[in-house]
Amino acid sequence: MSDLQKECGSASHWHRRAWLRMAGLSGLSWLTPLASQLSRAAERSGQRPKSLIMLWLEGAPSQLETFDPHPNTEIAAGSTARQSNVPGIWLGTGLEQTAEAMEQISLVRALTSKEGDHERAIYHLKTGYRLDATLKHPAIGSLICHQYRPEGESDFDLPRHISILPTAAAGRGGYLGDGLDAFKIGDPVNPLPDLRATVGMARQDRRLSDLDFLDQNFRQRQGSLSHSPPTERPRPSLDQALRMMSSEQLAAFDLTGVPRNERLRYGDSPFGRGCLAARRLIEAGVRCVEVTLPGWDTHVNNHELQAGQIAILDPALATLIADLRQRELLDSTLVVCGGEFGRTPQLNNLGGRDHWPHGFSVALAGGGIQGGKVIGETSPTPDLTTKNQLTNLRDPHTVEDLHATILAAFKLDLELEFIAPSGRPVKITEGRPIAGLLAE
Amino acid sequence: MFRNQLTNSGPLFALLASLLAVVAATGWLLIPPLRFRSERRPQPPQANLSDLESVSKRLDEALLSSGTAGKSEASQEFQGDSDSRAVSGLHLQSSLPVAGRIPILDWARRVSLGLNGTIPSLEEIRQLESQPLATREAWWLEHLLADRRTSDHLAERLGRAIVGVENGPFILYRRRRFIAWLSDQLSSNRPYDEVVRELIASEGIWTEKPAVNFVTVTTDIDGTGQPSPIRLAARTSRSFLAMRIDCLECHDDFLGTIQIGSAEGLRGGQQADFHRLAAFFSTARNSLAGVRDDLEAEPYRFTLLDEETATEFQPGVPLHPNLLLAAGSPRQRLAMWLTHPSNQQFARATVNRVWAIVFGQPLVVPIDDIPPTADVPRALDLLADDFVKHGYDLHRLLRLMAGSEAMRARGRVPDANTDPGAWSWDEYPAVRLRPEQVAHSLLQSSTFTTLDTTAHVLRRLIGSAQENEFVNRYGDFGENEFDPRSETVTQRLLVLNGNLVREQLEQGFGSPARLAALAPNPETALEILFLVTLTRRPHEDERTRLVPSLQAAWTGERELRLQDLYWALLNSAEFASAR
Repeated sequence: MSDLQKECGSASHWHRRAWLRMAGLSGLSWLTPLASQLSRAAERSGQRPKSLIMLWLEGAPSQLETFDPHPNTEIAAGSTARQSNVPGIWLGTGLEQTAEAMEQISLVRALTSKEGDHERAIYHLKTGYRLDATLKHPAIGSLICHQYRPEGESDFDLPRHISILPTAAAGRGGYLGDGLDAFKIGDPVNPLPDLRATVGMARQDRRLSDLDFLDQNFRQRQGSLSHSPPTERPRPSLDQALRMMSSEQLAAFDLTGVPRNERLRYGDSPFGRGCLAARRLIEAGVRCVEVTLPGWDTHVNNHELQAGQIAILDPALATLIADLRQRELLDSTLVVCGGEFGRTPQLNNLGGRDHWPHGFSVALAGGGIQGGKVIGETSPTPDLTTKNQLTNLRDPHTVEDLHATILAAFKLDLELEFIAPSGRPVKITEGRPIAGLLAE
Repeated sequence: MFRNQLTNSGPLFALLASLLAVVAATGWLLIPPLRFRSERRPQPPQANLSDLESVSKRLDEALLSSGTAGKSEASQEFQGDSDSRAVSGLHLQSSLPVAGRIPILDWARRVSLGLNGTIPSLEEIRQLESQPLATREAWWLEHLLADRRTSDHLAERLGRAIVGVENGPFILYRRRRFIAWLSDQLSSNRPYDEVVRELIASEGIWTEKPAVNFVTVTTDIDGTGQPSPIRLAARTSRSFLAMRIDCLECHDDFLGTIQIGSAEGLRGGQQADFHRLAAFFSTARNSLAGVRDDLEAEPYRFTLLDEETATEFQPGVPLHPNLLLAAGSPRQRLAMWLTHPSNQQFARATVNRVWAIVFGQPLVVPIDDIPPTADVPRALDLLADDFVKHGYDLHRLLRLMAGSEAMRARGRVPDANTDPGAWSWDEYPAVRLRPEQVAHSLLQSSTFTTLDTTAHVLRRLIGSAQENEFVNRYGDFGENEFDPRSETVTQRLLVLNGNLVREQLEQGFGSPARLAALAPNPETALEILFLVTLTRRPHEDERTRLVPSLQAAWTGERELRLQDLYWALLNSAEFASAR
């Protein structure tokens, strides 16, 4: 190996690169040369690579107060609705801006699942599989990052799967590997976690020099290098981490340069800022971003608590879709918005709604999804005593079907089978795409 | 810097951190008086040590014959580089000389990571080195087995196989209570067959009778509001039998990988085999009065593939039906059959899992799939037979593993192409540390004193909060924690720049770097930092390279230089591996 080869990729090399980049970062556009390159590649091919933004409403929103209202019925229990800009489609009161963007949004209103427990249902919604003690499935974002690899993406410095405001249930790589776990960040108004060296340049150089020495010594003693190809870096994660620390693409996370009025359009909330950051990250080339808005588990005082969450969701969702559209990113960016299940048609004694996996809603927009459509229907007068809750639904679909639809939007092979580490064959999805949702 | 840390962390943390700094600083001063502090710990019940040494020798023969023959040249050179003496065999209870192909501190670090999930403290290293040469290994094992961290660590690892990592149904399931109970059983070295019988067959409320959480964690999975016989059968077969027969839930075995049957012969698995096992749990009912067996309950039924009506199944076991008793409730019968001394699968499953906990990877891969007629390493059956013969004594099993040649063999880092199932145990697998091991080791390296149950309550409280935050961000490996994994960018960034490491570097008077700066010379300071992080003294080439750079800063920014070296040690590949 030449001296030059040793230098390129070494810890100290990345460090010098970091400081050079950081010195000029504040004056640079966030649109990096790589992003430009990706954009040009997309122009050449006539199509920008697709991306996914998952707006995850953890705790389970009430379909009756959000995407599937039944005003003036017993199950509405006093909650109201408003007409959207698509005739015949009504949304819960409070989703005013979203209602105006309805031409870009479609709703799946009769999703069903067998999971009524948060933890299990979250796993189901995020992976498309029910929780299995013997196999951990990848989250949809991990799966897409694994299978969807457009040209030019391999040189991208940032993680391709990012979770903003994650809970304990942030997307994991499952049997596809930890490398596909979502990179987690908090409120984008705060500095990025763990990405800035904690000391100045001279000390960081000294630290990395010591680290190089210790690692080299350790490898020699272990003798493990003799089993590796000579070009293989012994600690790829360290190299990648140092490269990421120095990447100019990190500016996509930084909202300080975004005009205040643009930020406020998304709502003055961590979730709103998360949606703005998601848009910028997608624009920079990130493949899958998940933004979490928790707080929907309204077993008590449902109407008031749901209204509070809706007030946060509405400007963020509507502005995200509008901005993606205005920047010509909506066709290539699939936005999915929903939670792990719905809430009961009847109020409990505390004015709350409990868990209801027998007919709930998810909203989808962009990424090849036709707008202004409603798939499925829940009964305004459901028979709550029946053992077969499917009788209260028209055109129901499973969580697995929702996953198949998302994967189909990325034009992935739905017949694909993986071999899990245990040797067990696992289908990429057990569902079928929901008819009429994807544009031809 | 310290002010910033306090400002960012809130007033409560500021108070705790201040107190911690004082505690840590005084800990340094108090090391000599605390030297034999652990002798005040309650000692575990005396394990059955009869014929331990002969079994140990047979185990070593089995391990060495399963790997490549002889030692490599590099291995022989490594012996010469250490202070160890090449003696084979186990010497944990005798006065024979200390054995090992690696230095005693390397061995102590491996055993500590395997048993209590962390590296030795400087205090423990001093204690170990103060023991007579001939009894150091025995002393170290007694020390670890008496340490509550060991039973806590083993309980969490075993608990993941038994009840998983999910939080389970609200109110009906108490995971922490369950793990604490299991830790109590392991700490008292209760025979493991008794523990498992209680898990399988217990009745009662999940808070008062923690073993029943094994059952209640499955409540309502099938949508019945009751424990799930299917999930319980899957757990039982994998965790206690090392038989992956859960695919039979939905279809017959069409790959020819599942063996079911009796002494007369084995056959391929059928869907009915799984549901007969599930039928043992169909009488378990959960209510506000807890888990009870309803012997009048409807028989277990399931609609088999390609059939239109449900079939009724009577309880039946997948192997050795002759060992199944006729008397007792279905769960009691299953528990007795499972732990019958002639049911070798139970002992094999336990040994393979405990081996994985201690060594980082199992003897047989995958960990929960050992077909009854599979060609398994001789060491597995030797340990399994010994486990049964000596009353399912887990402490004895741990002693055998810790004292084996595999534990003292030269380490090698498995590369990406290494098949863990084909590992030759004449080398120690220097696998990546698991998240909890990384967190524990980072915390332990932040202080000279031992962070065990005798540590100051504030230090333990803060440590627990730091550990939870770290593991949450690092990513818990969940139930499949023994699968090979490569490090992710997020994980490396967390150690490079994360709060836990930063706080250790900047924690004021208690920082090892600051305390090392009090050393009389650079050589001593370097040795201290190597011992608290890598559990060894620097090699000669490391001294040659690092001492001059410390010397250059000794009259100036000594502490900053030590901080930087400390950071490099914490980020080193060696720190992150079991070595």
